[in-house]
Amino acid sequence: MELLMAIVIGFLYAAGVFLMQRRNMVKFLVGLALLSHGANLLIFTAGGFTRGSPPIIPEDADVAPILHADPLPQALILTAIVISFAVLAFALILFLRAYQTTGTDDLHDLRSTDT
Amino acid sequence: MNLLAAPIVIPLLLATLALLGMRSHRWQQALAVGGAALLVLVSFRLLFRVREEGALALQVGNWPAPFGITLAADLLGAIMVVLSSVTGLAIALYSVGARETARERFGYYPLVLLLLMGVNGAFLTGDVFNLYVCFEVMLMASFVLLALGGEKPQIEGGVKYVALNFFSSALFLAAAGLLYGAVGTLNMADLAVKIPAAEDGGLLTAIGLLFLAAFGIKAAIFPLFFWLPASYHTPPPAVSALFAGLLTKVGVYALIRFFTMLFPLEASFTQPLMMWLAALTMITGVLGAAAQHEFRRVLSFHIVSQIGYMIMGLALFTPLALAGSIFYIMHHIIVKTNLFLVSGVVHYLRGTGELKELGGFYRARPWLAILFLVPAMSLAGLPPLSGFFAKLALVVAGLREAAWALVASALAVSLLTLYSMTKIWGEVFWKADPTPNAEAAMEPARYRMLVWPIVLLAAVTVAIGFSAGPMFALAVDAAGQLANPSAYIRAVLGTAP
Repeated sequence: MELLMAIVIGFLYAAGVFLMQRRNMVKFLVGLALLSHGANLLIFTAGGFTRGSPPIIPEDADVAPILHADPLPQALILTAIVISFAVLAFALILFLRAYQTTGTDDLHDLRSTDT
Repeated sequence: MNLLAAPIVIPLLLATLALLGMRSHRWQQALAVGGAALLVLVSFRLLFRVREEGALALQVGNWPAPFGITLAADLLGAIMVVLSSVTGLAIALYSVGARETARERFGYYPLVLLLLMGVNGAFLTGDVFNLYVCFEVMLMASFVLLALGGEKPQIEGGVKYVALNFFSSALFLAAAGLLYGAVGTLNMADLAVKIPAAEDGGLLTAIGLLFLAAFGIKAAIFPLFFWLPASYHTPPPAVSALFAGLLTKVGVYALIRFFTMLFPLEASFTQPLMMWLAALTMITGVLGAAAQHEFRRVLSFHIVSQIGYMIMGLALFTPLALAGSIFYIMHHIIVKTNLFLVSGVVHYLRGTGELKELGGFYRARPWLAILFLVPAMSLAGLPPLSGFFAKLALVVAGLREAAWALVASALAVSLLTLYSMTKIWGEVFWKADPTPNAEAAMEPARYRMLVWPIVLLAAVTVAIGFSAGPMFALAVDAAGQLANPSAYIRAVLGTAP
């Protein structure tokens, strides 16, 4: 499972970075989205996998089962998903406005504020 | 209300109230100025308490550390909160004078307050993931402030700013996840205990470098700074000044916090790298500034160059150098904000920042010229202003460590900074006005409203310069707490390490 996840995460990062180097704004944003998915899965994997043992204390016990799934990475990921969703939504609108005001979707043409 | 939560809760509460009264400019302005003034009081109270009692901690929701979210303040955190509050007050006052009514209608003041909330949260949190959340709060507010108004340069600058900061957040998130996987905790105090005991040194070095890249983008260090000079000169002056004063310094704060408490630099793989980064950041920043001919673009490049000095103190990693770094941040936030505010007055009067088209300000408005000269000479490091003592401490620390190349570049960059400042002085204030009578009419009341915050910040600069002894002693104490965080750990975890 770890190996499979490592390959998937690596693929997401590679695809994200590749897309971020394209000149097209939309592709750039898709790249950013893939990158944040990769980061989320990375947290999930780094937290370790435990199968079929939720961190819930059974009715007849005082403590959770010894080998239970760590709930913290999942809480972190949920927070991160919400945040990256909001930032991505804002970025989409911003890039749309950029397209409307500059008339181009080519990032190389956005040079007027550069030095 | 708890003193630790107040700097985060007050701006949130006031931003909500301001949003409820979106239609009334007066209501929003009163809330922003009043709230910022309240924040200044609270933050000074926090600083005095931390100074007397040592590090403070608050377990939010009563979950014991390291399981819950912890707020913690040591001297460095408390100093930073004071600085952000003073900057916030100056910006709020200035914004009232700037009268960007169209922007005020779309939530300018609530956004400024939310930005302060994110910044204060970043300084006070004791948890790595919570730091990420605070960064995002701050960034989201800054994204909207940068783009608010929708002028073409703003949107173009915004695209670069948003894209690179989003990327850096993804790196930060990945590093936080890996750190949790490696050590099993994200509470900073707990990390400070567990990281030295961890066996997998190579993995931790790699995670540290990932954090370096993430914070390096936010702090605009070489070679990750290109978004800064491409975006900071585009929004209205008050927003530029707020960003210039606070945002990159949050990145520097995070670097200092991480590479002293969590991944101590001493004799590590990262230390020589950090020295190179410091020197190159200083040099490229100042050379970039020398090639610019627009008021705010020059100043933007100087932010980059100044960040190099702060990283230099961190890279040398002696108690004196760290104290120098902290003192440098204290001096820099005030001075840089002030310079941007002056450039804003010039911009409102003449409608341009191109040095070629400006001139004659010393004759027309001598007091404004003097108010520019104070922070400008302080930035260049002329005694008896605050920048001189900041640079002196760093240079002395560098000489003691025999880091000749680093010291030489710091001194050369200082000279070039002076060149840049005299260039602005000569072009904007000293030379004859190339287009006389081009000045836009401005009511004296509005002009005074714009100048008062500049006077306030200039007075703070001079005060830091003249009380350099006690201020530096404070910075030394703050550096000592970073090098030996046992009090911080005890405050958070409740046990001695």
